[in-house]
Amino acid sequence: MSKDSVLILGARSDIGLAVAHKFASLGHPIQLAARNVETLKPNRADITTRYKVDVTLHEFDALQPDSFAGFVDSLPKLPLIAVCAVGFMGEQSQNEQDLAASSLVMRSNYEGPAGILAELANRFETRGSGTLVGISSVAGLRGRATNYVYGSAKAGFTAFLSGLRNRLAKKGVHVVTVLPGFVATQMTENLDLPEWLTAQPMEVAEKIATAVERGKNVIYVRSIWWLIMTIICNIPENIFKRLKL
Amino acid sequence: MMLSGWGRFPVIYAPVVDRPRSEAELTAAQAKGGVIARGNGRAYGDSAVSRRGTIDMRHFNRMISFDAETGILVAESGVMLADVITSFLPRGWFPLVTPGTKFVTLGGMIAADVHGKNHHRDGSMSAALEWVDVMDQSGQVHRASRTQNPELFDWVPGSMGLTGIILRAAIRLQSVETGWIRQTTIPAKNLAEAMEIFETSDDSPYSVAWIDCLKGGANRGRSLVMLGEHASGDMLGAQENDDRYALRPKRKKSVAFDFPGFAMSGPLVKAFNALYYRAGLRKAGDNLVDWDSYFYPLDAILNWNRVYGRRGFLQFQCALPLDASKAGLEALLEAISEAGAGSFLAVLKRFGEQSSKFSFPMLGYTLALDFPATSKNLRLLEQLDRITIAHGGRFYLAKDARMTAQTLIESDPRVARFVAQRQDSGASETFQSSQSERLAI
Repeated sequence: MSKDSVLILGARSDIGLAVAHKFASLGHPIQLAARNVETLKPNRADITTRYKVDVTLHEFDALQPDSFAGFVDSLPKLPLIAVCAVGFMGEQSQNEQDLAASSLVMRSNYEGPAGILAELANRFETRGSGTLVGISSVAGLRGRATNYVYGSAKAGFTAFLSGLRNRLAKKGVHVVTVLPGFVATQMTENLDLPEWLTAQPMEVAEKIATAVERGKNVIYVRSIWWLIMTIICNIPENIFKRLKL
Repeated sequence: MMLSGWGRFPVIYAPVVDRPRSEAELTAAQAKGGVIARGNGRAYGDSAVSRRGTIDMRHFNRMISFDAETGILVAESGVMLADVITSFLPRGWFPLVTPGTKFVTLGGMIAADVHGKNHHRDGSMSAALEWVDVMDQSGQVHRASRTQNPELFDWVPGSMGLTGIILRAAIRLQSVETGWIRQTTIPAKNLAEAMEIFETSDDSPYSVAWIDCLKGGANRGRSLVMLGEHASGDMLGAQENDDRYALRPKRKKSVAFDFPGFAMSGPLVKAFNALYYRAGLRKAGDNLVDWDSYFYPLDAILNWNRVYGRRGFLQFQCALPLDASKAGLEALLEAISEAGAGSFLAVLKRFGEQSSKFSFPMLGYTLALDFPATSKNLRLLEQLDRITIAHGGRFYLAKDARMTAQTLIESDPRVARFVAQRQDSGASETFQSSQSERLAI
């Protein structure tokens, strides 16, 4: 009866935690991976108390690619599902001026997430089963003046996920790309976001669980974002470059 | 931002809203002074709004432990009651005390010392409380229980968050065999009959009456008294047994817009009441109801507060001592039916003894009503205040949005001691709500 484990990378984030709660509520044991993972002990107690599933904590730093192989080896069991909720937005104005800052955004949103999923992908491929979920962003669909550093890293991650899905499609491993629009999290707490465009973390988690179950490829959280992004992506570049978006 | 309680009246400009995620952030937020903690905003009036600083506690939403031997749950105060049910009903546990909505936080339940349909037997929230951790004005956390800091433990429930910020608590759940309630509906032609039913059904775990407060004359106070008990496994039919804890999701409805003002006018409510009473007569007798429909009928209609339109609505809930209940209720019902004011949801219930120092319930009866927030109804409510006070009754602060300080003092001799306690402990400067300012407590 015991179900397979779900690994959450970037488990401190509001979305990561919501996904952990969702899969735990379905009876899956949970592996929480984050930096300073000890601080997630109260969350471990919370999830165990609520859902009576095993929760383990694993130190993980997305900026240390050398540690990825060892990290996966150290897991009590290779998970069936891995969800990557690692991400960092930074400040666009700073990212424009400061190479170190923009490099950190690129590594946090592209290099790290792609690297760890690549490591897991190879093991899943050997096993011949599993699902990888990458939380990317609609910001990666077209670069805009207000957040193109973050957006470009997410664009890279989205392309990586697409290629990985293509490669593993015949190997029994599935890849889900998640493109949330606005989500009410700590990252966006101080932004004034329109309510009808803003999803709650649990909404994202529910969509991910459904996508994993049904083997969906690319999902939006609120479908209005598909419409918005279709319009944005179809504006001719000559006009687009003059717009304030 | 503009903040209000569930009744959407009054709406208050509250420029400072903090959403702390740690005790350190919470300490910083409360150091500003004049603050009040807010849970899910289900108190009807301005109990959980402060112009100087409102602290949203919903990030403190982790459960800490559960003891399956004793049924004691330890959790942070921002945990939602709905989540407690989702987690523990499948394991055979249900809250010992629950208000009429599951969309409340544990902190809010303790602060208001909520009561449920089992108050006559099990008491209010404080009876289900084992201990509580409260942060004082200096940021220090005190654990209070019946044996440790018993004085504080006795003050916190019912104090509307004015004795400090509730951080976490241990609450007792009750063991249940199923998620179904065996409900018995008994029609009562008038108030005397309804009270007679309450007095003779003391051993029924749950009891509450829907009361038609527009009906005058010999049928004044006609009611449907609904008794209930947790159904045991052998009471279930095949269909219920198939969903033993009644956890299968039901369709939620939502009120998508504000109703126009006439929707809750006297004649329409009168017609609704007549239909509802007749439907109740047909259903009289025993039937099995799932826990969600039984305890939380209005939760199935998300945003039901919008049926009262943009102006919001007022709640009135008083408790009357047992010996004055009959006369007091007669007088209240007379005033309401004369005013012809439509109360969609009028509830009558028998209370047991008061549980903690500043707790609302008292041995006797409680009447709860709601009205659109109009100036005419504000005057009616003042009239109901007078009647309540004349009969030795008092008011539920979780529902109050407009009482005066004078009314509160006249109704409740405990107020002076409460104010003194707040001053002596030093809590009064730091913890204030729009309601505490208005009521001078």
